Amino acid sequence: MTLTLTPNIDAPDDLYADLLAAHEGLTDDQSAALNARLILILANHIGDRDTFRAALKAAAPSA
Amino acid sequence: MTRIFDTPLYPYTRHPDQDAAKPVRHPVIIVGAGPVGLAAALDLGQQGVPVLVLDENDKLSHGSRAICFAKRTLEIADRLGCGAPVTDRGVRWNLGKVFFGDRKVYEFNLLPEDGHRRPAFINLQQYHLENDMVSRLRTLQAEGAPIDLRGGNRVSDVAANPDHVALTVDTPDGPYALEAEYLIACDGAGSPTRDRLGLGFTGRVFEDNFLIADVTMQADFPTERWFWFDPPFNPGQSALLHKQPDGVWRIDLQLGWDIDREKEKEPERVRARVRQMLGPDVNFDLEWVSIYTFQCRRMERFRHGRVLFAGDAAHQVSPFGARGANSGIQDTDNLCWKLRLVLAGEAPDSLLDSYDTERVEAADENILNSSRSTDFITPKSTTSRLFRDAVLDLSEHHAFARPLVNSGRLSVPCAHDGSPLSTPDALPTGPTRTRPGAPCPDAPLGNGYLLDDFGNTFTLLAIGRDAPGIQGTTPLSIPDITDALRTRYLGKADSALYLIRPDQHIAARWADASETEIQSALTRAKGGQP
Repeated sequence: MTLTLTPNIDAPDDLYADLLAAHEGLTDDQSAALNARLILILANHIGDRDTFRAALKAAAPSA
Repeated sequence: MTRIFDTPLYPYTRHPDQDAAKPVRHPVIIVGAGPVGLAAALDLGQQGVPVLVLDENDKLSHGSRAICFAKRTLEIADRLGCGAPVTDRGVRWNLGKVFFGDRKVYEFNLLPEDGHRRPAFINLQQYHLENDMVSRLRTLQAEGAPIDLRGGNRVSDVAANPDHVALTVDTPDGPYALEAEYLIACDGAGSPTRDRLGLGFTGRVFEDNFLIADVTMQADFPTERWFWFDPPFNPGQSALLHKQPDGVWRIDLQLGWDIDREKEKEPERVRARVRQMLGPDVNFDLEWVSIYTFQCRRMERFRHGRVLFAGDAAHQVSPFGARGANSGIQDTDNLCWKLRLVLAGEAPDSLLDSYDTERVEAADENILNSSRSTDFITPKSTTSRLFRDAVLDLSEHHAFARPLVNSGRLSVPCAHDGSPLSTPDALPTGPTRTRPGAPCPDAPLGNGYLLDDFGNTFTLLAIGRDAPGIQGTTPLSIPDITDALRTRYLGKADSALYLIRPDQHIAARWADASETEIQSALTRAKGGQP
């Protein structure tokens, strides 16, 4: 499986709004915990280690 | 109360070596009579190699210390003749429970594979294991095995020479000198032998303290392993409760780095902590208390000429996963047959280099696993704690997160994929678990088990066919293929030949092989050039 880095979201604005809504009313700590759980759930959905490492690389701060 | 480990078991007696005009030379001297030194002594002694064990004290291990012994260790103990008493005494467990905060997040069953003589694990105090090993040593001695165990003999100096190792040994009667053709240093994490030879021991120190307490109680806790992350009785830290024989329970409480170690060991303070954990209604006695910190590190090389390091003297791991004593006993399993062949002139001295290659590979695997467990149990940063807690939170409701929970990856033997003694795999459709370098998995055979039929020699195992007679090997033909043998040794093949080392690791395997090919593999497995 190769990592998809081209547009792949049907309704980008709706999805982005869902993400923000999930964090609404949370403290910074609660938000950080939610993000951590979310990453783990999505990582499991991907499953493949190479794809996940490609995602880590794409997310890393650019030099 | 008299405790088994308070009684001298092999008290000092004067030996004629102490009155010899010049130092007496022994083929093999072992420093240290812990489980690793004793395993080496039994292994060499029962194969007829004269062996002398020197120990600075005369008692069993003080307190439970190592408490979890893995199947591979029990299989080695079987070969050494003390597997049955050790296993029978041990507590078997399969169920583990994981708690996070004040709630149980999930439980797991080890679900050990059927068809093995020994269980995946037993819990047993280290002193019981040592006691059974000393009993076995006494039996072997009575049968004439050349094993000498000298208590009250503290090695005070070591000098490595090209053709021998010179030792100075302190005793209650004063010092005396000894020489060894080979020295096996099993003198623990603080190895004085390592220090005297000026050898380094580097790695990662974990800044943490753990309080370990053996408590005796008449309580009806089930025989399970309970592990707590951040429990109410030890906030921000971890805790472990494990059952041992004789109504003794092992409690491990993480204390953090910034503590007053002496104060934490005060019995009243320990009792208060344990009472908080067990509740006010449980009556208990403290048998033994200790505080430890740990490191993950190893020597750069385990062989230094005629001095070989084994167990904690060579490598140290965190306790999570029970990879300390178990891997130390595997070190001796790997070393002793090689030493016997070299001493008998049946193999080149360079065979001992493969001890270094193979056991460094194993130590690195153990250090990697135990470091990862430690990083999960004691997160080192805010972010690492965030992910750790996220995994634990998710594990309560979602099965996917449970394999990520790491409270210790329990010890399994290393498959020596980098071994110079292995011949390239010639059974490509065979199971991965029995590739060259891997340890033999057990399987039911007749009224017993496969591993029962392996001795201290090279075995030529033939499954679904006859084993040819090859000099230097013991043939074992198994014409009738059971499901377990097919799954573990054949895979898609109809029959197979395996060359198995004396330590029950696989040296080579074939769908079919000529006599020459088998002989070449045997030569290679003995450290020679085929």
